[in-house]
Amino acid sequence: MVSSRARRRPVIPGFGLTLGYTMVYLSLLVLIPLSATFIRSFGSGWEHFWVVVTAPRVMASLRLSFGAALLAAAVNAAFGLVIAWVLVRYSFPFKRLLDAMVDLPFALPTAVAGIALTALYAPNGWLGRSLQPLGIRVAFTPLGVVVALIFISLPFVVRTLQPVLEELDKDVEQAAATLGASEWQTFVRVILPALWPALLTAFALAFARAVGEYGSVIFIAGNMPMKSEIAPLLIITKLEQYDYAGATAIAAVMLILSFTLMLSINALQSWTLTRNGGA
Amino acid sequence: MMESPTVLRDYNAPAARSLRERDPARGVRWGRFALIAVALTFMAAFLFLPLLVVFTQALAKGAGAYLAAVSDPMAWAAIKLTLMVAAIAVPMNLVFGVVSAWTITKFQFRGKSTLITLIDLPFAVSPVIAGLTYILIFGAHGWFGAYLQAHDIRIVFAVPGIVLATIFVTFPFVARELIPVMQAQGKDDEETALSLGANGWQVFWHVTLPNIRWGLLYGVLLCNARAMGEFGAVSVVSGHIRGLTNTMPLHVEILYNEYNYAAAFAVASLLALLALLTLAGKSFLEWRQPELRHGARLKRRNSEK
Repeated sequence: MVSSRARRRPVIPGFGLTLGYTMVYLSLLVLIPLSATFIRSFGSGWEHFWVVVTAPRVMASLRLSFGAALLAAAVNAAFGLVIAWVLVRYSFPFKRLLDAMVDLPFALPTAVAGIALTALYAPNGWLGRSLQPLGIRVAFTPLGVVVALIFISLPFVVRTLQPVLEELDKDVEQAAATLGASEWQTFVRVILPALWPALLTAFALAFARAVGEYGSVIFIAGNMPMKSEIAPLLIITKLEQYDYAGATAIAAVMLILSFTLMLSINALQSWTLTRNGGA
Repeated sequence: MMESPTVLRDYNAPAARSLRERDPARGVRWGRFALIAVALTFMAAFLFLPLLVVFTQALAKGAGAYLAAVSDPMAWAAIKLTLMVAAIAVPMNLVFGVVSAWTITKFQFRGKSTLITLIDLPFAVSPVIAGLTYILIFGAHGWFGAYLQAHDIRIVFAVPGIVLATIFVTFPFVARELIPVMQAQGKDDEETALSLGANGWQVFWHVTLPNIRWGLLYGVLLCNARAMGEFGAVSVVSGHIRGLTNTMPLHVEILYNEYNYAAAFAVASLLALLALLTLAGKSFLEWRQPELRHGARLKRRNSEK
């Protein structure tokens, strides 16, 4: 029945043209350049690839990039949840302004974010000055890398959690409260279980954005080899030394990890939707 | 909104009170203040103060120094280049966004979800790697390096490379915003127009385009903000030639590395203003068309299923 009705409908034109254009544009600008990276990095042989990737300085930079991104994503998962919760559930003055400001890291160029965070967290900066006596040094240390990554990946957490929180069924919470559960019990036993898939997705998105970040990090990191040098910076350093094989090898490792991550995010997102009953 | 359970609880007050030994409503209120305070403190440390620092540092040496930094010929060259790059990259991705959204939302075909994933791919790639890929193809030691050198065509360390890198990092923006909008609208309007005798181009121009204009603007706005602010990818392919291949973010970096902080922040403040304008525009469009808000992306994935 459905198909007979569909047959009577006029056919929308342009399928071949638009699909063709999409494929050509995508291939020329994204797919072919990306495959060039893989072809070049494995072109000099597995052995060379392995030697480059396992060099101590490269390992240290990959550890920092992935470790700091994990930490930043974890911090954002916690505080992003609080921000999303407050924005969805409570009303207070200037709430709309705050809500709009969550997207600042999307809109502010990373280089600007980088110099601003450095000025703020440097030993003589507004916040760095008060952290210094506590023995906390942020700028020019690995902690600075984490701060920059927290900044750029915050909106991914808040914007992923907000719609899910908005659609949470409040009847269940009220039922829990009526049955004598405290606020905290309701949160841990009722809200959090419903939120897990979205929280994981938010964490993964924040991590994916943070791990490849360059602009905001290089100003605040201090960029000391083995200590506060991120992997994307090492790629640039190797490029400037005309070590193309080295640069592409690091790039290939990062690409493989990012693609794996992206596929798991896609799987997570469909899980989130089935968990939420396709609401 | 959290009050109603408390009210309910008060009906069997004696039992509840003796269990909890305090007014539950007060606990809720304090919890709420605490959470709002945590959220505001976190946002202040990571969002508001950085933004404020940009403007105070920019004006640290007075309005005269600010104007001098902003009207410096090198700064002007950077501003012009940034505008030019965005003027090429954004329309390119705008056309691609409309065309790919048309393909994805108006037709059924195998591999559609793979195609959507591939369009999103540039978001999963570090900007530095995006720049690197073009060096590997067009650089002196790249695939076409020898050919380009023989014909005296410069792509890398010149404006075309900057444009390519910018297109790469802003690739999915318009498509990503348009697909859910066009999906939600379905194809009934288009089919009606076709059955009334309109041709494909007329349908697009008079039916589809007016329907998607806010979504299109939204995508363009986000795409433009990223295009003008991109740093990592552009940094790799630019070669940092002052007055020639320096975009605004790269100019900020150079000034900063020369310890010329006031000037660096002055140019940065222009980019921060652009960011604030983008946020204002974004809020306006979300007010015009509430479906554009953050929920749209999750809902899009949903409707694909």
